[in-house]
Amino acid sequence: MTPRPWGLLARFDRPAELVGAAERAREAGYRRLDAYSPFPIEGLSDALGLRPTRLPLLVFAGGAVGGLAGFGLQVWAMAVDYPLVVDGKPFVSWPSFVPVTFELTVLCAALTTVLGLFALSGLPRPHHPVFGADGFERASRDGFFLAIEAADPLFDANETRDLLTTLGAREVADVAE
Amino acid sequence: MADRTELYDRDESFAVNGRPDRPGRGAHHGSGHGSHLAPFRVPFIDGDKTLAQVTDEVCAPLERKSTLAWKATFAVAFTAMAIGVACVAYQIATGIGTWGLNRTVGWAFDITNFVFWIGIGHAGTLISAILFLFRQRWRTSINRAAEAMTIFAVICAGLFPIIHMGRPWLAYWMLPYPNSRGSLWVNFRSPLLWDVFAISTYFLISLVFWYLGLVPDLATARDRAKSPLRRRLYAIFSLGWNGSTRTWTRYETVYLLLAGLATPLVLSVHTIVSFDFATSVIPGWHTTIFPPYFVAGAVFSGFAMVLTLMIIARKTLRFEEYITVRHIEAMCKIIIVTGGCVALAYGTEFFTAWYSANGYERFVFLNRAMGPFKWAYWTMVGCNVLVPQLLWSKKVRTNVALVFVLSLLINVGMWFERFVIIVTSLSRDYLPSSWSGYSPTLIEIGTLLGSFGLFFTLFLLFCRALPVIAIGEVKGVLGYARGARKGAGQ
Repeated sequence: MTPRPWGLLARFDRPAELVGAAERAREAGYRRLDAYSPFPIEGLSDALGLRPTRLPLLVFAGGAVGGLAGFGLQVWAMAVDYPLVVDGKPFVSWPSFVPVTFELTVLCAALTTVLGLFALSGLPRPHHPVFGADGFERASRDGFFLAIEAADPLFDANETRDLLTTLGAREVADVAE
Repeated sequence: MADRTELYDRDESFAVNGRPDRPGRGAHHGSGHGSHLAPFRVPFIDGDKTLAQVTDEVCAPLERKSTLAWKATFAVAFTAMAIGVACVAYQIATGIGTWGLNRTVGWAFDITNFVFWIGIGHAGTLISAILFLFRQRWRTSINRAAEAMTIFAVICAGLFPIIHMGRPWLAYWMLPYPNSRGSLWVNFRSPLLWDVFAISTYFLISLVFWYLGLVPDLATARDRAKSPLRRRLYAIFSLGWNGSTRTWTRYETVYLLLAGLATPLVLSVHTIVSFDFATSVIPGWHTTIFPPYFVAGAVFSGFAMVLTLMIIARKTLRFEEYITVRHIEAMCKIIIVTGGCVALAYGTEFFTAWYSANGYERFVFLNRAMGPFKWAYWTMVGCNVLVPQLLWSKKVRTNVALVFVLSLLINVGMWFERFVIIVTSLSRDYLPSSWSGYSPTLIEIGTLLGSFGLFFTLFLLFCRALPVIAIGEVKGVLGYARGARKGAGQ
């Protein structure tokens, strides 16, 4: 029994061909597309119709939480939980709380950035169907790939393969689920 | 992402200007081009490489057997580290009386080493974050190694305050956690505590930034690995990266965000380190110039160390076409600028001391230049003020062996800068009756040696285990990203 198809994977020689192919595949009505490349390519995410990421908002929230929590911790510890006169300063000597507040703002914002990337991208992800396709190891070397998923309503094993070939694909590989 | 677009527009002019001026002709060649162009109108790397070639060549050091030179260097570094470990073990077992400190000079070698190593780290972040924001795309050849250097330098730096505690097993007392002492909290008004937060944040962010940059390249190493064990290890650490455009798009945003966060962070770290001194009332320390002075000095010394490491790496790993003479020249120029800042700060300190009309302040600075530590002071001035001036000459900047020697001298000078600041000020207190001298013991010298051993051991392991050059980023600046060059593949 042959495994259920996940989709088709087409390899292109040049980034520009990949961007063109992605645009044309979208014009043809395909929506479940993704592209794989060894480095980011300008215009590719527009060609695939991807929306800009919401990550910056998340990072702002992370930074704000870190900063407020950091400042709050210092005020609470120095003025509420164990008030102690140091250097003859008032209990809430806010200027001397600035460095730690700043560091914690940056720390929380940066950790949110990275964890946000992992969460939104579903990393770590040990296995992905494209890894099973022949020749996919070139995606981290010099290959530029366009994938059309079988889950796309327009997907048809033969027609989609023909389309990818006319778009200039060097090879089209079946990807099993 | 308007930002990326502009980045590539600039790249476009690089492509239109097209054919390489070959090395040695220089970055300022070609006055006919618009003045808005990036300094490199020449290709970022030499040799007209294909994508496959870049992958093969950068991964080669990971895949071949280690060379004799690597083994020899590693043996030296490891021995130095072992000496350091022995010294630290002896000091912890015996007490910090094994150091040459006394009631007057309570900080000397250890804090000098701490500030020195933290400063070294700053160049890595400058290259990975600040040069990224300024769109200096030549950074792609050196940023991976420079970031690694940052992490190893911060590890070396962090060890010194912990060793200095005398009871390093209680280091966790520096963290604010509820405890059975009342809860008696850490003193959030102390610059030494700010240091704890600054250094640990800096270490974590540098590590995360570096690791994130590594993920796509670890995937490359995974896809090439022959042995199952290597493949498995690279697979685990590359997190299942497959180069999907969805991930790349987010990744680019993340890179920009992290660069934006790391930039103020790196400035804050040495600022806070300088607060350790500036917030005290010791003459020669209690001055508002310290934060910018320390940051400039940090970048200055850090670039000298990047040059030292890169010149070794390009030679031993055969990366002359990736880390070109043009890269070395660009770093030399940064050294001229930051060296100028440092020289200005030295002058300003003397002016302020004179202009303040404060007897103690005036005495401390005259004592620096003419007192018992004048040999250290003039070593510092010679290495940090005079040596960088040689780099104004293009002949010097393009002479790799000479630049290597100069970078070593600057490293020496910057170590002495911290030594001079710390020891001369402390040894001449307000009361002449408490004046004192200072000389390091063998244990202290062995510990310093050990920190260099640790640093180079880590760096040499890094060269063997991970791609030293950011493969994905170098590919991105080859000009294929916009399809400008034909036939990316074969």
